[in-house]
Amino acid sequence: MKKLFLIFLLNIFLINKSYALIEVDITRGNLDPLPIAVSPLHVDIKSEDYEDIKIKNLGSNISEIIENNFRSTGLFNPLKKEAFVQKPDIAHLKPRFEDWRLIKSQALVTGKLLIKDGKLKVEFRLWDLAAAKEMTALAFTTTPSNWRRVAHIISDKIYERLTGEEGYFDTRIIYVAENGPKNQRVKKLAIMDQDGANTKYLTLGNELVLTPRFNPTNQMVTYMSYFRNMPRVYLLDIETGTQEVVGNFPGMTFAPRFSPDGKKIVMSFAKDGNSDIYTMDIESRIVERITDHSSIDTSPSFSPDGKFIAFNSDRSGLQQIYVMRSDGTGVKRITFGNGIYGTPVWSPRGDLIAFTKMRKGKFYIGVMRVDGTGERLLTENYYQEAPSWSPNGRVLVFYRETKAGAKGEGFSAKLWSIDITGYNERQLKTQTDASDPSWSSLLSK
Amino acid sequence: MILNKNLKNTLLVIFATLILSACSTAKKSGSVDGDVYTGSETVKYLASGVPDRVFFATNKSSLTTAARATLRKQSTFLRKNKKLNVTIEGHADERGTREYNLAIGERRANAARDYLMTYGISGKRISVISYGKEKPIKTASTPLAWSQNRRSVTVKVN
Repeated sequence: MKKLFLIFLLNIFLINKSYALIEVDITRGNLDPLPIAVSPLHVDIKSEDYEDIKIKNLGSNISEIIENNFRSTGLFNPLKKEAFVQKPDIAHLKPRFEDWRLIKSQALVTGKLLIKDGKLKVEFRLWDLAAAKEMTALAFTTTPSNWRRVAHIISDKIYERLTGEEGYFDTRIIYVAENGPKNQRVKKLAIMDQDGANTKYLTLGNELVLTPRFNPTNQMVTYMSYFRNMPRVYLLDIETGTQEVVGNFPGMTFAPRFSPDGKKIVMSFAKDGNSDIYTMDIESRIVERITDHSSIDTSPSFSPDGKFIAFNSDRSGLQQIYVMRSDGTGVKRITFGNGIYGTPVWSPRGDLIAFTKMRKGKFYIGVMRVDGTGERLLTENYYQEAPSWSPNGRVLVFYRETKAGAKGEGFSAKLWSIDITGYNERQLKTQTDASDPSWSSLLSK
Repeated sequence: MILNKNLKNTLLVIFATLILSACSTAKKSGSVDGDVYTGSETVKYLASGVPDRVFFATNKSSLTTAARATLRKQSTFLRKNKKLNVTIEGHADERGTREYNLAIGERRANAARDYLMTYGISGKRISVISYGKEKPIKTASTPLAWSQNRRSVTVKVN
């Protein structure tokens, strides 16, 4: 166990080495992901099919979801099943460690499941193969239709045990699904599991919708809609589908986000050519003006302790990032680098701010400390913006648009993610073009 | 010697002309001046000789001389058509963050509205809406298309 842990710590250490990237192209190092074997979960013979869930494949389906999750982190290398040397049920009881070590695996996941009387019972174990020991084990019962979430929860537990960090697999992403030509885009709110499964559309596409964001309990979403051609911030209850306008503003409200306690929405209100930042208490409906400046103040984001707000202002000429106390006092500019800065988003850990940077016709996603020092640019592209944090503060999701040809051809918008180390950039699976992603917190917490 | 001096002067004049023309080509290419669109490809008309839109520089909402001239024509037209109300739509190009672009679209629409108001058009007749970068008129990813998209458009509502 110690060896496995050491190797893992080494990996973390290697990918953590910070490197100054302000002007340079990002070069990705080649790391050695941890080889891990995920045995298909053994299906108990007493199991019964449940509705449209075929029990026969459920064990391997769950293990495949776990493998995909691990692969997507860039930290693990799930090994091919053809090389597996033990049957799932026997391995789950007690693996022959030396056999698994032969295929160069360092960790092994085993499990079994049973569906009976409309309940799904699952247990899994994580084994350290070098130390020949069980590292963690868990059993739980749920409704069979939750089987994908079961796979994500198992992934989270293993990730936590091996990295010492909270996982982020049992999560969802809300985003704007896009269709149609560039000058007639149809946009809908969409929600999906973090791995791209279970996509649901929350609006029909009759009106333009933008910038959805989850509340801390993931039951509510605040977003902007052009319903009746009045651009306003809305609040949507995902379960009931009820929605309402936020506040009673005589003009455009936009760029909404929740406060970390979920009680307020912070947003911009534009009037007479001037955008300022306001909050509204959802229960009492009390509206407070936070900034009062003739410049554009927008893209506000609370610190996780609720004491500060980072935002974007052009009060110095072009867009820069500022931080203030959440009552609007103590405004301080934090970006002074070459270029224009937008969309500050405070990390859930509180230590970093993610942002979009524009410079010399290129767009960057980066992170910096909350005082603006230690800027690191993670990815450079033709157009990308709007980072959103994974709940453990290790990964950012954002959207990227491609350059269009003379008649708008070749245009696309997709969701991408990247580790804050600058490694492991990958495109997320979405059914349609997609933009404005917002990552939920862990659903099972 | 005198001839020589004359030649020198002529050469100087030629050089100066060359430098000046070099300057103006650098500033003006096709129908873009600085980076403000000056052409009429996308322009529609509220009435004969009254263009419906004005164009802006990147990240700017200040009105150019040409924009003011267009808006003065619009104000004359609106004074003659007293029952007509308009909406001014503010737009941005695709090279900015979505939220900031919504704000700058609003600021551009209001710059046009303010100017119409200084020419005697009641603010009650002019509503504004920003579409940010959401409704490009040109879909190419080129500086020319972006300059055509950075605009405010006056639209009749009745």
